[in-house]
Amino acid sequence: MTRINRAHVLIAAVAVALCVPAAGVSSGHGLPTTIGKGEGSLNLIEWAAYSDPSFAKPFERQTGCKIHRKDAGSSNEMVALMRSGGGGGGGQYDLVSASGDASLRLIYGGDVQPVNVKLIPSWKDFLPNFRSPAHNTVKGVHYGVSVQWGPNTLIYNTKKVKPAPTSWGAIYSSKYKGKITVPNNPIQIADAALYLMKTKPSLGIKDPYELTKPQLDAAVKLLKQQKGLLKRYWNSATDEIADFKNGDVVIGAGWPYQTLQLQAAKAPISETIPKESTTGWADTWMLAKRAPHPNCAYLWMKYVTQPSVEAKQALVFGETPVNPKACSFMNKAQKGSCADYHLNEPASYSKTIFFWKTPIAQCGWQKSSDCMDYNAWQQAWTQITG
Amino acid sequence: MLWRRPWLKATGLLTPPVAAFLLVYVGALVVLFVSSLWTVDSFTGKLVHHWTLSNFRQIFDTGQPYLRIAGRTMGIAAAVTLTDAVLAFPLGYFMARIAGGRARAVLFVMVLLPLWASYLVRIYAWRTILAHDGAINWTLGGLGLPDQNIAYTNWAMWIVFSYVWLPFMVLPVYAALERIPDSYIEASADMGARGLRTLRSVILPLALPGVIAGSIFTFSLTLGDFITPLLVGGPSSSFIGNVVYSFIGINANIPFAAAFAVIPVLIMGVYLTIARRLGAFEAL
Repeated sequence: MTRINRAHVLIAAVAVALCVPAAGVSSGHGLPTTIGKGEGSLNLIEWAAYSDPSFAKPFERQTGCKIHRKDAGSSNEMVALMRSGGGGGGGQYDLVSASGDASLRLIYGGDVQPVNVKLIPSWKDFLPNFRSPAHNTVKGVHYGVSVQWGPNTLIYNTKKVKPAPTSWGAIYSSKYKGKITVPNNPIQIADAALYLMKTKPSLGIKDPYELTKPQLDAAVKLLKQQKGLLKRYWNSATDEIADFKNGDVVIGAGWPYQTLQLQAAKAPISETIPKESTTGWADTWMLAKRAPHPNCAYLWMKYVTQPSVEAKQALVFGETPVNPKACSFMNKAQKGSCADYHLNEPASYSKTIFFWKTPIAQCGWQKSSDCMDYNAWQQAWTQITG
Repeated sequence: MLWRRPWLKATGLLTPPVAAFLLVYVGALVVLFVSSLWTVDSFTGKLVHHWTLSNFRQIFDTGQPYLRIAGRTMGIAAAVTLTDAVLAFPLGYFMARIAGGRARAVLFVMVLLPLWASYLVRIYAWRTILAHDGAINWTLGGLGLPDQNIAYTNWAMWIVFSYVWLPFMVLPVYAALERIPDSYIEASADMGARGLRTLRSVILPLALPGVIAGSIFTFSLTLGDFITPLLVGGPSSSFIGNVVYSFIGINANIPFAAAFAVIPVLIMGVYLTIARRLGAFEAL
């Protein structure tokens, strides 16, 4: 019996030792000043279609960097993938197309490394607020380059929802009870906070991602009340598309991507950005700390931010480039598309959108540390949906 | 040499599977328990190797949603098990004791046929059946009846679970019923028992281990599932598995996920102990 016990302990010890991730290896050297020759391979964690063959194939031919893709379904899956195999991309992945609700987590978790934006020629052409946005630049250090962005929109069935909605109030009121859908994502709390910011000024919400305990509680209360009105929380874009198509839902929060897909399928669907403004996402190609092919990664960041490629990607996915020079290429490919995606407007348009960023305890607007962090948001979300 | 030392042969034969069992299975469970006693730094997501019961305290805190989620998971697992037992008993009885060889073979194929298709495909099929413009509403509309609204509810989960796990109940129930010797039933008739009395006093007690064996499958499969709630569940349909998944995926809080995952392990431990008492393992 003692022998078995000892064997158990030994095996447990070995198993535990195997599971404790090795401490991250710091690179120690400064930023690169030139891009070397490609290593022949590039491993991406991406949103589906972020390396669509229509523009990735020419890149592979030009640089000899063969792309291996891992499509992620959510920001959380991206973070989990980057942290697998000991973190920093596990020595396997080079780049991740992280949205703002994931990027700070990757930066503070030590999973990504600084990037020299001087090596990305298009960077200086970007819309000013995407050059060093707070979600990918910390204390002046860039951890990647912005690539595309878009608003979260209010999607509705034009036959069933009349008159056309103009306020986010439509998904918090009982008018369409049992026919509403919203994303299953803790960052959805920010949508409720934004609505409260505009409708209940007494709460004093300044930034929907920097909420104090009472402000978070108010948002949670609103979302708990909303739960009774929902058909369901959607888990993937295709989920939401199917529910709108077969009539299970008639109104909900989503992305322009869903609207484009539904309209292409001739469904009576439209979308709007309500008067309270909206939240949005802005994606960044971030360089993994332990990227095995950094040269190919730099070549890719350089390639995808140039105007012609930005335009192609925007039209494939249904989003807006960070590089306004893409405008003419978009219009050439699809008449009027630059205006459709608001790229012709001055930067003020993108400034009205509250872009996703990971909530942290340190509040920018009141210079204190009593805001609720992402852990608290995730637990609040479990409270709401569970 | 080996035949002179039989213990050597036995050791040689048993060592690889036992070692694999200890390392892979027991090892994984030990790691699960150990990590459930750690916590995670909320911002960087790094593990804090500091022993604490705080994860468990949080789970058992009634102000938190976790007990409610565990209760829902167990409740639906129990409802599915009961439904499958009620459906499988008459079917198993017919297959084992009434149907002829040919009919029995056809029924077997029909019970097993769904298992040839992927589990995901069958769940998606149910989604289209239950959807707003799906087969059920289409039929109801044709008959002039009002629409049903069970897509994305716990009722939908109950139906889909009962459907996907039914074969796992039918087979052990069939095996248990088939094993009852005809002479028992004749003896019961000779002593004057009618059909119902024979069913209650002879057939049911002898078939019970088969039902319990089947219930181990249906209960544990439902308890551990997280895909069906994602695909057909409504706004209040999270299972233990969904919470575990989101804690790992959203903020890499593996210790809390591990602590919550300990709950179904405990539930199944209790369940298997009871099942063993009732003789389920002889019917497997």
